[in-house]
Amino acid sequence: MVSNSGSHEDYLTPILERYGYVATSLLQILREAQEHYGYIHPDALDYLSVKLQVPRARIEGVAGFYSFIYLQPHGEYRVLFSDNITDRMLGSQALMEKMCQQLWLQPGKVSEDGLVSIGATSCTGMCDQGPAMLVNGRAITRLTQQRVQEIGYLIRNRSPLADWPADYFRVDDNVRRKGLLLDNKLAPGDALRAALLLSVRGEPVEPRSPSTSSGRTENIVETIKASGLRGRGGAGFPTGLKWEACRNATGTVKHVVCNADEGEPGTFKDRVLLTSYADLVFEGMTLAALAVGAQHGYLYLRGEYRYLLEPLQAVLQRRRDANLLGRNILGQANFNFDIVIHLGAGAYICGEETALIESLEGKRGVPRNRPPFPVTHGYMQQPTALDNVETFCQAAMAIHMGAENYRAIGTAKSVGSKLISVSGDCPRPGIYEYPFGVTVREILQDCGAVNTRAVQISGPSGICIGENEFGRKLGFEDLPTAGAFMVFDDSRDLFEVACNFVHFFAHESCGFCTPCRVGTSMLKTTMDKIAAGHGTRHDLNEIENLDHVLQTTAHCGLGRSACNPVLHTLKHFRPAYEGRLKSLDFEPGFDLDGALARARQMTGRDDAGAHLKTEEA
Amino acid sequence: MSRKLRIATTSLAGCFGCHMSFLDIDERILTLLDLVEFDRSPITDIKRCSPCDIGLIEGGICNAENVHVLYEFRKNCKLLIAIGSCAITGGLPAQRNHLDLGSCLTEVYLTEPGLAHGHIPNDPELPLPLDKVHPLHEVVKIDYFIPGCPPSGDAIWKFLTDLIAGKTPELGHGLIKYD
Repeated sequence: MVSNSGSHEDYLTPILERYGYVATSLLQILREAQEHYGYIHPDALDYLSVKLQVPRARIEGVAGFYSFIYLQPHGEYRVLFSDNITDRMLGSQALMEKMCQQLWLQPGKVSEDGLVSIGATSCTGMCDQGPAMLVNGRAITRLTQQRVQEIGYLIRNRSPLADWPADYFRVDDNVRRKGLLLDNKLAPGDALRAALLLSVRGEPVEPRSPSTSSGRTENIVETIKASGLRGRGGAGFPTGLKWEACRNATGTVKHVVCNADEGEPGTFKDRVLLTSYADLVFEGMTLAALAVGAQHGYLYLRGEYRYLLEPLQAVLQRRRDANLLGRNILGQANFNFDIVIHLGAGAYICGEETALIESLEGKRGVPRNRPPFPVTHGYMQQPTALDNVETFCQAAMAIHMGAENYRAIGTAKSVGSKLISVSGDCPRPGIYEYPFGVTVREILQDCGAVNTRAVQISGPSGICIGENEFGRKLGFEDLPTAGAFMVFDDSRDLFEVACNFVHFFAHESCGFCTPCRVGTSMLKTTMDKIAAGHGTRHDLNEIENLDHVLQTTAHCGLGRSACNPVLHTLKHFRPAYEGRLKSLDFEPGFDLDGALARARQMTGRDDAGAHLKTEEA
Repeated sequence: MSRKLRIATTSLAGCFGCHMSFLDIDERILTLLDLVEFDRSPITDIKRCSPCDIGLIEGGICNAENVHVLYEFRKNCKLLIAIGSCAITGGLPAQRNHLDLGSCLTEVYLTEPGLAHGHIPNDPELPLPLDKVHPLHEVVKIDYFIPGCPPSGDAIWKFLTDLIAGKTPELGHGLIKYD
């Protein structure tokens, strides 16, 4: 075991130099520092504290916030099974048990030789090719009994991850249906050139016309506004208005941030866009930079997609070489913009825009109060245009197609197309692109789903609908969605689905506000009580009370939507709950007689007084 | 004035601090006695609870006897009130919850010098301890909670007079305390 600080200096110095000894890069520094020992050594914390001039408590606070940063040894091999309901439906729990048996350890514990730990993590975004796991941060897909056993052998033989069969790490796009975005024929730079050609009236003009750059930025904003484009992250805020507000905000330094912290369980469209359409993402970001007058761009990539880092950096470099990034982009004087990639470290809450900005600044990902909004006080309290990956792609498409052509697709209030991440009980999971206004039933037909009982739209924080609502349409008028579409057939118990989601929220609550920190845990305890067969009608009432408290008092959307899975399944699938209830007014939340077992064992007693029966009180 | 309300009180895994705090209502207890009469309570030394309107319980649930008493109160009291931190969260006794009960008993009765008598007490007269200390609401339905360690005499007075007057009890600013 290392202990003298000299050995830490050796590997920390190059990292610190790369990040210029700036504390706002703390999360990135911690991520890279961890790659050395698989955890962050206490002495390394002291060293970083001195070099970054940040109190050690703050560094520990940041490190402790993120699931993928470890302050204690977690094994040379850190195995995390993706724990989304879709992984479970594909048998992930049995696989995890099997692997624990094979390697002789308990979930969450490190093996005694320090070789390996096995645990669970929130959805890793591989729902179309699960069950999935992360080994030392690398995604492995399509797990089977055999594959898990092979991995067990590789770990026991201490085989380096780089030598493992490449097929383990294969991630397919699974694009099943293309529309205007996925079928685009744009070459890198096409949308940017189209933007530079926009005249004051939004009509194309001759290249290199003397139109001023400020006039042009107005045109991009006007075109996006006229196109009717709305954000694709779920909330659907008009992108043109956001960019306009950011452009008009006072401040000489402005930023463009792309939210690629795709954490909503069941969503994986951004993964596909970043894999095969990265140019379009960066093109959209560059357009936004031109529109709002930003110089700096950041892509916040979720830690689970760490494997995309190098390919994305290669795309960025190619774009720099082609003068699509960097100084005087496409020969335009004073059009300077570049993009850096920031990696997350396993925190769902960082998908919330202000939490994401906090995380970008190297802090714990705790949502800020809004207003002020990021358009005026974003990254470093400077004006920031922050959008979803798909929004940037759609913006590039809208500019290239022209507002009028773009507007013609979709519905009146939901313009354009939407990528849907289909997973669960269907033979063809994957990415489907539809114009807005498509019905749930059409999607179910296209993915081949039969005997469908329910669909969870837009992930756990979205809504669960039953068969009688399959005629509803995706779009901001009816069913808004960030893209997740999880299918459950008639063999599934919707109570278990809701239980999985409730556990997810309790795990991902950032802990900042009491209603959410305590409320999500109480919700979890109550659901577990019902699952264990101790539930009563009183508990269903308690759930409704809790929902009310959470919805009215939580600091951000996580707490407010944490009860949605329960509320929706209670509404549509109440018998799934009622079947588990004891028909008593109240039941203890645990086995009373079982709680005396240890004392009976220690005292050797087994008389009547040494037993308790649950009474109807 | 209709008939007097009946009140029962008891302390389970508590320290009687909440009962002491109850006595801090001082001379107001005379006013209270015009409105209520006491059933099972340390004040009356009545050993068994008969049908009551209000049951006040301090302390959590740490052994089998606590469970029996709690059930007795729940059966007999129309309204059951958890009073104080231990009743609401398990409180100080729940600090043993992260230890294994077996090793606690072993350390106290077998390995620790001075206390050791050679065996862990197993007289059937003694209630067996539960493996964990639980708050009341995990074992029976509780209607109201009065937080505090202990809640002040004023808080208890306000709560009871509200309840007796038929109002939903409300402890405003200054009366709700969590420590």
